[in-house]
Formats: sequence, structure tokens, C-alpha cells
Amino acid sequence: MSDTFQLDGQPVSFESGQTVMQAALAAGHYIPHLCYHPEFKPHGSCKLCTVKVNGRTAASCTMPAEAGLEVESDIEELNALRRTLVQMLFAEGNHFCPSCEKSGNCVLQALGYDLEVHSAGFRHQFPDRPLDASHPDILLDFNRCILCELCVNASAEVDGKHVFALAERGNSKHLIVNAESGLLKDTNIALTDKAMSVCPVGVIIKKGVGFSIPIGERRYDQRPISEQALDDAPRPPSGAKHE
Amino acid sequence: MVHEAVSPSPRLLAPKDLSFLQQVLRSHANDPTKLLQILREVQEHLGFIPNAAVSFIAEALAIPRNRIESVASFYSFLHLRSQGTYRVLFSDNITDRMLGSQTLMERMCQQLWVQPGKVSEDGLLSIGTTSCTGMCDQGPAMLVNERAITKLTHQRIQEIGQLIRNRTPLSDWPADFFQVEDNIQRAGLILGNTLAYGETLQASLTLGGSALVEEVKRSGLRGRGGAGYPTGLKWEACRNAQGEQHYVVCNADEGEPGTFKDRVLLTRQADLVFEGMTLCALAVGAKKGFLYLRGEYRYLLDHLKGVLQRRRESKLLGMDILGQSGFDFDIEIHLGAGAYICGEESALIESLEGERGVPRNRPPFPVTHGYLQQPTALDNVETFCQAALAIHMGADQYSAIGTSKSTGSKLISVSGDCPRPGIYEYPFGVSVQEILNDCGAVNTRAVQISGPSGICIGEHEFGRKLGFEDLPTAGAFMVFDDSRDMFEVARNFVHFFAHESCGFCTPCRVGTSMLKQTMDKIAGGQGTHYDLAEVENLDHVLQTTSHCGLGRTACNPVLHTLKHFRPAYESRLKSLSFKPAFDLDGALARARQMTGRDDAGAHLKENE
Ligand SMILES: Cc1cc2nc3c(=O)[nH]c(=O)nc-3n(C[C@H](O)[C@H](O)[C@H](O)COP(=O)(O)O)c2cc1C
Ligand code: SF4
Ligand code: SF4
Ligand code: FES
Ligand code: FES
Repeated sequence: MSDTFQLDGQPVSFESGQTVMQAALAAGHYIPHLCYHPEFKPHGSCKLCTVKVNGRTAASCTMPAEAGLEVESDIEELNALRRTLVQMLFAEGNHFCPSCEKSGNCVLQALGYDLEVHSAGFRHQFPDRPLDASHPDILLDFNRCILCELCVNASAEVDGKHVFALAERGNSKHLIVNAESGLLKDTNIALTDKAMSVCPVGVIIKKGVGFSIPIGERRYDQRPISEQALDDAPRPPSGAKHE
Repeated sequence: MVHEAVSPSPRLLAPKDLSFLQQVLRSHANDPTKLLQILREVQEHLGFIPNAAVSFIAEALAIPRNRIESVASFYSFLHLRSQGTYRVLFSDNITDRMLGSQTLMERMCQQLWVQPGKVSEDGLLSIGTTSCTGMCDQGPAMLVNERAITKLTHQRIQEIGQLIRNRTPLSDWPADFFQVEDNIQRAGLILGNTLAYGETLQASLTLGGSALVEEVKRSGLRGRGGAGYPTGLKWEACRNAQGEQHYVVCNADEGEPGTFKDRVLLTRQADLVFEGMTLCALAVGAKKGFLYLRGEYRYLLDHLKGVLQRRRESKLLGMDILGQSGFDFDIEIHLGAGAYICGEESALIESLEGERGVPRNRPPFPVTHGYLQQPTALDNVETFCQAALAIHMGADQYSAIGTSKSTGSKLISVSGDCPRPGIYEYPFGVSVQEILNDCGAVNTRAVQISGPSGICIGEHEFGRKLGFEDLPTAGAFMVFDDSRDMFEVARNFVHFFAHESCGFCTPCRVGTSMLKQTMDKIAGGQGTHYDLAEVENLDHVLQTTSHCGLGRTACNPVLHTLKHFRPAYESRLKSLSFKPAFDLDGALARARQMTGRDDAGAHLKENE
């Protein structure tokens, strides 16, 4: 027996311990999300998944599901907020999509298209974020980092390595690696690490394989993210999978 | 495992520093939850945390070194690179500025040949700014190596410059530089109490926990830290929560600009604070308590430790308190290191655990999952004092003070344009005008209630009353007279929020710095009506999607001053509806500086 809550007027059943996002995805309902990854504990930082719960806004990826909640997600008011958040993320970093290896596979870009973000909205910050190309096989392009911490958690929880961490705070916050030199080559990262594959944008790049699939034929070039995101989510009966 | 490049290089540390480091680590039992305290002590000793020390600590605590860098770089007072033997930080609250702090800082930079924010070439010093240091009633203030110096004047700045040039150790500087006045202007329930220490605790021993909770509930006491949550309900929830251990935490982070009442309570009423915490321990069944003291109040540490020690000797702390077997409780002081966000309760707990002060996802709340995921009763300094008095007086007598929804008294920190700044204690329900009269303020244009995250009210609202019914407040009361430019007030607050955002969530991290740029653009005469509309858009996003109260209130200063003092903005706007933020002529400033030119030919013509 499981309880249900309402999502945009439709009943969603959930198991205890699931968040609104986890329950929604498991039941085949899409809520836009960026920092949430089904294999990791919800982070709750990007705020793209913001929904209205009984009239108050909350991040659905961290909000515990409860019986009887009235959740609104696909409404213009919230989609407008999401567009603004995407604009903020684009403005905060340096995203030159046409020359980016991740273009077409990038979750931020895909959300931008899907949410119909047509303009920059904010003046771009053009931060100065030097690359780390020290490692023979891996490139770090910090210009695209959205600070979602997925690589931090993947390296710590799955790889048991702590290659990545975040430093400073506010808009100076940035990614650092675990080496006295501060360089990736002096860490014990490996190509087979989980941390290599979790970045939703194009920061952690494998060298030497650039553009092997042409732009235009990549994942989100085929179908919008809202139609594909459910494929990644664990479906019933397993429901939410926590690391 | 850490990579081999990370092997510690203790050889790079002088032998005496190495043994100091070992002793610090030992005194904290190599416990990673004490990381922040360890880093603070290393910084105090060495002036910064060198790379070799980072590696050494990482090894000793068996944690990755980037976790240490991650934590250290979060806090303003910790440095991974030398910031000079003397680190001078001018308190940059609007009240300091109103007392001339900016001119003082410029003079000092000239006198000592340093640029703001840069370390002098000889490595002797650096001069910068820091968020409000809680000395608003005796500013302008500064911190030198995290020690507070008040009442700065041109003469005092000169003297300080000389002491630095002569490399005089801080311990040999004139004692009156470090004098902090209490400035109690009006005492009431709390500041006028004549309780002997231990008296209330002694009288409550036989009552037992649930009776104490009941008494606090009936007293109507609500939290004094800002949110105003009913204290009795919080204690009850904590008492009822399952856990291996229960904890009591006192929030003495007092970071809200313009607030300094906790400073005075800790100075004058430390026993009452600790008595309140001990009563809370009895009520919720805690054996361990923490006082989270903001780094700016480091100077109170010895005094507070002394009071704790005396209480232990009087059997008011420790095992079998006052002879009641099984009633064990002790309090540890934990120092912050310059991060306003650590006043937010869940960020404070993260910081207590030696982490970056990032607010947690809630629920669960601290009452069930607080310190080390255990039930934790966390309250403001003043709340613990009020609770002790409510228990002492009894709920009926206590709740007769104040108003029906705001019982008891409130300490107000008055600063800004008035002849008698300081601490004023009133029963709740006092009007803004009454306080203005008492502190002697004239020609008042506006009052900022409860700090930048609170409310700015104009003259026609001075009849409003402090209390949860009308104007809730954590205690700040900054007065601005008609000579003040309210746009600059708001701009100062916006800079504060951008500086203090923890950077966790998108809206706050990006939004506060965009808001700062917009305000700077307007200040530079480049603003348009479009920018004012952008402020409203940012506000909506910040209010609805931010992770914590910082982001949710960060636009308040602008929105409130726009409401009351719109001309202060409009007089600065260009008539255009849009103007790019990019200033072509401004971009040439560096070229002009490098070539030493400032003639007309070196400037671009403004094309309107
Ligand atoms: C950004 C931010 C800063 C805060 N700073 C403080 C503070 O310095 N002192 C404080 O007591 N409460 C502060 N609070 C409120 C605390 O989160 C919490 O509500 C309070 O300490 C609870 O104690 P109380 O119930 O006794 O008020 C802050 C909240 C936020 C969102
Ligand atoms: S990471 Fe994504 S959004 Fe950023 S530049 Fe690459 S494709 Fe564009
Ligand atoms: S590198 Fe990628 S995964 Fe890591 S924090 Fe940045 S955006 Fe997230
Ligand atoms: S997906 Fe929920 S906050 Fe990022
Ligand atoms: S970064 Fe703290 S509220 Fe968003």
C-alpha cells in the first residue's frame, strides 16, 4: 500500500522516504531538474526543480513526499522562474556552446531549449576561470561549471577518492582538486571513475575523443530533455535509489 | 587514499611551529569535527595556514587536503596565503561609513603605502574591509588580526600605523584601543536582573524537564534571533525527539549588521546565558552544549571561559549538577571565523561540525536532526536569558510583560544618527518613536529595523510598534537622519549580502552579485528604468527559490528604500530605458593609469 499526492492534478503514489522528485520520476512524471541525479542523494542547489506545494515554493528534489500534498509544477509562473535560473547559470559562467564538446549532451543547454530560454536575460559575468589541462587524459574546463557538486559526491561516495571539492563562497565559489599543486595531474583520478561521467555540463572532458559524434546527432539533439529524463530515472518498483 | 604528491612536508614548517601544530591537533584529539577550531588556532599562531600545515593536518585527521582548503576558504578570517603580519580590516557597515570609516581607511592606506585588499610588498600588512563587527555603537571599528579596535579617529589611525611600522606586537598596543563599552542606556527585565547565579537552576532542579518545558510554553516566549519561533514548542519537540544524545546550542553568531546586544549580554550577563542553557539541558535532556561565538567576539573568549570554569567549580556545570545525580551537562565554546551565514541555524551546525557553513536541506530540522544528526535545541543568546527569567518569575508573571503575542522584553541595539547609541531594553510593544525620543534622534528620515534583512521604515511609520504583531525584530535599530542618502544605505546592504552569500544555491549566489552590479551601475550614473525593473525580477526569483533566509531577504533593502525613497534612485537614472552595463570609457581606465594620462584625449565622449 502506498500513499499518494497530487502533481498538477494527477495522483502520484510514493514510498516513504522518497522526495517529491523521486516519486514523480518513478511514476513517469517529469519535473525539470539539473543538479538532481537519480543515483545520488538530492543536493538541492540549482533550484530548477522548484514547485509549489500547497501554495508555497519548495525544491521538489529535496522535499519529502507526503500524502495529500497539492504540488504544482508545469505552470507558467514556475517555468518563468526556471527560465530565469537557467539564464543566471549561463550568465555566471562562460558557455560557448558551438565550440563545446558537451553540446547536445549538456543538461543545462537541453533545459535552456526545452524551457524556451530565448534571450540572455542578464549581462554575462565573463569570469576568469583558467583551464586545467595538466592531466594527460582529462581536461577540466571550469568555465562551464555550475557548482552542482555531482563530481564531488561521485568521487567521494562511489570512487572513494575525493578528487574534487568546492572552495570559497558566494560568486567566488569554484571547484578545486585534491593536490598540493592544485593540478589534476597530481590527483589519483582515473578515466574509469564515476566522477568522469556525472558532470551535467562540459567541465570534465576526456581528451582525444572530441566531437566523435557530430553536434546535431547527440542525445538532446534527438528529443527534448523532458521526454528523455524519465529514461534515466529508476522506475518502479525500485523507486528512489539512494547512495 | 591520498595521492603521493600530497605527502606532508613538515620540514617546511619551523620546528616550533610543527610542535605547535602537533599540540593543537592533540588538544582536539585529531577529531575532524574540530577542523574549524584547529584551523583557527593555526591561523592565530602563524597568521595564515601554509600549504605544509594543510598537508600535515590532512594527514593527522585522515581527511583529504582539499576538504581543508574547502573549509578554510569558506571563512573570511582564515587565509591559505599570508595576508601580512598585521591584517587590518575596517568594519564596513553603513554605520561605520556614516562615522567616516572610508576616509580613515584611505588615509591609512596612504600612510602605509598599501592598496586596499593587497598585501604590502614587504609582507608587513594588508588593509581591507569586513562585514559589521558588532561595534556599531562605538564605531568606526576595525579588526587587527581579529582583535576589535573601536572609536577610530584620524589620530588613532596614525598611532596604529606607527605601531605597525615599528612592528610592535599587538599585545603591547595601548589597552584603551581594545576597550569595548557596554553602553547600556536602558535596563529592564534582563539587564536589570539581580539574580544570584545558580539561583534559578537550584529552584528548578526538583521541577523536572517536562515541567520546565510547560513553563516556557506558557510564558509565551518566542525566539529572539529573528524567526520568532515559540521557544517552549522547540524545547518540547527536542525533548520528545529520539536520539543517542541531545544537544543545546547557543547562537552567538550575531552577524546581522547593526546588532550588538548579544555582545553586551555575553559581557554582562554570561551567567544568565549559561543558566538558560543549563535549564534547557535539563528540559530537553542534553549532556552537552555549545556556544557558537562569532570570530569578531574572540576577545570575549577568556572571560567566557572564566565564567564557565567558575560555574563548574560551583557545581553548576559538570557531573551531578548541584548534587542531582545523573544531571550532567557541560558547555564548550566554538569560535566562528567570519561568515554571516553561520548565524542560520543549520549552517551553524555544519560549522560546529567543522564544515563549510552551508545551510542544510530542511526538513529535517535541528530539533530532530541537528548536531551530528542528533536532536538539538538551538536558540539565540537573548532567548536563553529570557527563558531563565521566565522560569524564575513563572509564566504568569512573565507573560504579563510585553504584549499578548510578544511577551517579555527585547534588547534593542541602537546605532546611527543619534546622540545616545547603545543598548535599550523595553517590554515588547514599544513604538519606534519612543525609542527615537529616548536615544535623542532628531530629523530622522528612516529607521532600519532588524538589520539589512529586516525592514526599512519611513517617518510616517514611526508610530509602529516592535513585536511579532507588527514589526518583528532581532534587535538592530539603525537610525538615519535627513542628511543621509538612502540609496547608499541600500547599496551598502546589497554589497553585504553578495559578500556573505554562501554560494550554495543558484538564485542567491548569482542573484546577489547581479543585484550588487545593478546598484553599482545606478550609483555610477549608468542606471535606467530597465535596471529598476530588473531588481524587481531578481527579487521575485530570490524570494521564491532561495535556499535560506539570506537569499530570500537579500532584495529587501532595495525594495523597501525604493518604496519610501524612490527619488534617491530616480535622480541617478539616465532617462534611457536601457543602457548596457559596459562602460567603454571606464574600460580605458587601466590604460590611462598605465600611461599616466588623464587628459581629454584619453577619454571617450559620452554619447547619450
Ligand atoms: C542568514 C541568517 C542569519 C542568521 N543569523 C542569526 C544570528 O546571528 N543569531 C541568531 O540568533 N539567529 C540568527 N538567525 C536565525 C537562526 O536561523 C535561528 O532562527 C535562531 O538562532 C533560533 O533561535 P531563537 O529561536 O532563539 O530565535 C539567522 C538566520 C538566517 C537565515
Ligand atoms: S557546458 Fe553546456 S551550456 Fe556550457 S557551453 Fe557547453 S554546451 Fe553550452
Ligand atoms: S564540474 Fe560538473 S559535476 Fe562538478 S560541480 Fe561543476 S558542473 Fe557539477
Ligand atoms: S534539481 Fe532540485 S535543486 Fe537542483
Ligand atoms: S546561497 Fe545561501 S540562500 Fe542561496
